[in-house]
Amino acid sequence: MTEKKRGKGFGILVTFVTMFLFWLLLSGFFDAFHITVGVICSAIVALISYDLFMKEGGLDTDKCFRLLLYIPWELWQIVLANFDVAYRVIHPKMPIDPRIIEFETTLRSDLALVTLGNSITLTPGTVTVLVDPEKGKFWVHALAKRTADALLVDKTMQTKVAEVYGEW
Amino acid sequence: MVGIIAWVSGGFLAAGIFLMFTGAIGLLRFPDFYTRLHATGKCDTLGEVLIITGLLIYHLFHYPGTPLVPVKLLFLIVFIFLANPTATHALAKAAYKTGVKPWKVGDKRM
Repeated sequence: MTEKKRGKGFGILVTFVTMFLFWLLLSGFFDAFHITVGVICSAIVALISYDLFMKEGGLDTDKCFRLLLYIPWELWQIVLANFDVAYRVIHPKMPIDPRIIEFETTLRSDLALVTLGNSITLTPGTVTVLVDPEKGKFWVHALAKRTADALLVDKTMQTKVAEVYGEW
Repeated sequence: MVGIIAWVSGGFLAAGIFLMFTGAIGLLRFPDFYTRLHATGKCDTLGEVLIITGLLIYHLFHYPGTPLVPVKLLFLIVFIFLANPTATHALAKAAYKTGVKPWKVGDKRM
């Protein structure tokens, strides 16, 4: 982590640039008036909320890169699992067997827990009910045995998220 | 070319509408709070994203003069992917903490 000691100015600058780009994107006007107003607004927002946007000046490029690689896999899982739930909904006998499962993970940081929690909820068939951040424990409501086993037995998703954040 | 684009975006729209539809059926058919949350909270996520993707492709090829609109639609997709599971989780957690019992196979429908 070489970027850890960048300090306050760097955080404000990054927030300002991001806010201004977002302004340009949403406004779509490139005349002097709109750009001046955009600069003023982005500066105010950056000064007030840079510490929310850039936590302690740390931006780990390796993690961002691995997260970018993780997202397509997650999207594919969402598509597969969505059609699984659609099948269970439409099937005349409705083959569901809901249960609440618990498991512990090696994840500790907020960002890793949020990523796993949101991934679990996004994949149809499982909803994160509770999270204990100290033990990395998850309570998950699963729609059927097969979707529960994906988390309990295979643990593909936990392993992938742990790899992304380097927390095992 | 234009015909192909219309078919591709139409396909995305149809798939999205199909998923929204199954979400609605699931809401009516499933037995309890948590299972209904599965049907609405998640079939809807992919359904909405597919519909927006279809519109995005259509706009990109039919109105290339306004390239900012597809970018805005892309941002909508990102926000839906962040907000929808969070809301679903918040509902599930609230229900669990106030003691809503999950339905099990063999129980009566609620």
